[in-house]
Amino acid sequence: MNKEILFIGIAIVIGIVSIVFSFVAIHNKKLSVAVISAGVVSLFASVLYLLMAAPDVAMTEASIGSGLSTLIFFYVLNKIKKSDA
Amino acid sequence: MLRNSLLALVILALGYMFLNVYTTYDTRTDLSATMNSGETIAQHFASKGAQEVGAANLVTAIVVTYRGFDTLGEVTILFLTASIISFFLKLKDEESDSEIVHRDTSELLVTASKVLIPIIFLFGIYVFMNGHLTPGGGFQGGAIIATGVALMILSQPNIRLNYHVIHWVESISGISFVVIGILGIILAGGFLDNKILGLGEFGTLFSAGAIPIIYSFVGLKVGAEISNILNKYQKSQKSNDAISN
Amino acid sequence: MMNIDLGHISLLIGFLLIIVGFWGVLTQKNIIKIIVGFSILNTGINILIVSLGYVKGKTAPIIDAAVSQGVNHNVVSAVVDPVPQALVLTAIVIGFGITALMLAYAMKLYSAKKTLEINKFNDLKW
Repeated sequence: MNKEILFIGIAIVIGIVSIVFSFVAIHNKKLSVAVISAGVVSLFASVLYLLMAAPDVAMTEASIGSGLSTLIFFYVLNKIKKSDA
Repeated sequence: MLRNSLLALVILALGYMFLNVYTTYDTRTDLSATMNSGETIAQHFASKGAQEVGAANLVTAIVVTYRGFDTLGEVTILFLTASIISFFLKLKDEESDSEIVHRDTSELLVTASKVLIPIIFLFGIYVFMNGHLTPGGGFQGGAIIATGVALMILSQPNIRLNYHVIHWVESISGISFVVIGILGIILAGGFLDNKILGLGEFGTLFSAGAIPIIYSFVGLKVGAEISNILNKYQKSQKSNDAISN
Repeated sequence: MMNIDLGHISLLIGFLLIIVGFWGVLTQKNIIKIIVGFSILNTGINILIVSLGYVKGKTAPIIDAAVSQGVNHNVVSAVVDPVPQALVLTAIVIGFGITALMLAYAMKLYSAKKTLEINKFNDLKW
């Protein structure tokens, strides 16, 4: 009974932080802040998968969604900024 | 004005559909069917999976054996994506000796990466070889290997990766995956059946038939493809207007 | 007040992320922002699928000491549904492939016209 209430509390905190960061990702004017916010949403989704008893999916989302996807976004941003100046 | 109101209408319709589903949803209490009666496919996998396949990780047993065709399709889609990106980001002068202009990489990064990269590769290989016993598998191990290659590229931006090694690893892994599948048709029940080798003792490394071999090939292929994509993105930083049209 | 559960909360998180991602794809003008919105939409859909396979109070579908097979324990009554997890595993990798492809297109579009606003690309409009 105690563990269930703890999990529900953690899930509510994860939910609020995810929605706030997803709003920041859409509305902010700077591109680098938007890309990092999308990476944070993916990281909190990985913790949520662990709460729902899915460890395989949590590992995949953390390494591919949060790590490699953000890296590729930054390559494109660097190329655009370099050929601008 | 008309466009804004149409957009708001679309979002409101979506929200109404979701609200309808949310209010009539009850969390499941067991694996049985919610609408009809009879045995669900999840009950069949959970009760017979350990005997028929011999793997301790049920998700691995489903991805490699029961739904092996989906894995074949996914490997094909990744191969198509990697080849399209290679085609798009082709440079005009591929083998020129021009260097990428960059800031000096910090000494902390260079020294630490020399220690960390072999450990990352070893961990990636461990994850996809033990995919049938612990959480993990081919896709996770391949992503970890690609992260090690990304660290190599970030610490030495002008590195020249050996194209031939990456291409041969990827091609041989793909062909071996299909050959093992066809061996399943000849020697055992059907495509990608894992009983071509013996099932072994439950819970040890050499168990579950051909599942470690199949998943190792999938892991190597995914790792090689994502490393190829990262290398293409890195090489495209070379100079202004170097991307051919 | 109905019974709020872990399944309900994750379902709600999935729905809200889908709505935010969809809205981002429809209203933004910068191509990179559209791709970020698409990535958030993808994450929301995967959370939705995994939360539909959650069974209350059960554990992960891996047969080890906690879920041993035998006469006393029954595997069927101790694990969550493993089929949606297998489908989402493939979906995450394919979503990454689609994002990488869209970013390569964005780089080519920028090198052709030197701008990233989607309203300036009207070569195919009649």
